Amino acid sequence: MLALYSNPRLLSAVRGAVERLTETLGFTAVQCRSITSAVDEAVSNIVRHSYGNRLDQPIAMYFRSTQRRHRGEVQHGLEILLCDRGPEVDASKLKGRPLEEIRPGGLGMHLIHQAMDSVEFTRKGPTNRLRLVKYLTPANNAS
Amino acid sequence: MQISTRRYDKTTIFDLSGDIDFANSPEVRQSLLREIRENRTPHVVVNLSQVRYIDSSGVASLVEGLKASRDLGSRFGLFGLSTAARETLQLSRLIKVFEVHENEEQALAS
Repeated sequence: MLALYSNPRLLSAVRGAVERLTETLGFTAVQCRSITSAVDEAVSNIVRHSYGNRLDQPIAMYFRSTQRRHRGEVQHGLEILLCDRGPEVDASKLKGRPLEEIRPGGLGMHLIHQAMDSVEFTRKGPTNRLRLVKYLTPANNAS
Repeated sequence: MQISTRRYDKTTIFDLSGDIDFANSPEVRQSLLREIRENRTPHVVVNLSQVRYIDSSGVASLVEGLKASRDLGSRFGLFGLSTAARETLQLSRLIKVFEVHENEEQALAS
């Protein structure tokens, strides 16, 4: 579990932790970078949208291994749960914008969806919960 | 993250290094827009070879630079894309909207 305040200066520490973890679990270098990017974008979204750029609000991150049966084989993976205590988020706004538009902003959710196998948002009591899952591919498992 | 600039005739090169994320991308955006809008530099190119990480807000800053340049009829390009920068620009499908050069010589000669 990683607990931090909503200060963007802590993003580099989060990236460092996620990058090491994904390397240890056997994800490819490209996957390590994309998962790290997804978590970075998710935390940035919490700071910006959930907490309105306030620097002292709590964010909790939980990491655990998970698995699923996929095409008859067991796939191991990493589940990351990000929790914040901000106002309830409109889940319909978490899809990302069409990429045909050439304009700044709105790319973060797209990068998260591109990187992860599963992206789920739920509200539980006063807590926003974003669950991100990435599975190791058979090649990763073999290694 | 560090930003430094070099000038060659009508071109300004921005050398960016380190991680560009939500904490410091406003600084990148501000520097680029000042060069384009206030200094009216005809050609701005951004060296990304020493960028270890760039997030969506960093990419958004580059897009803002591109749009500001187009509005003023000037030029905006990138060169020396690091692996991380290239991957993020490709995933956001914005790499094709930028003038991308392999290295500084090509960027200056364009």
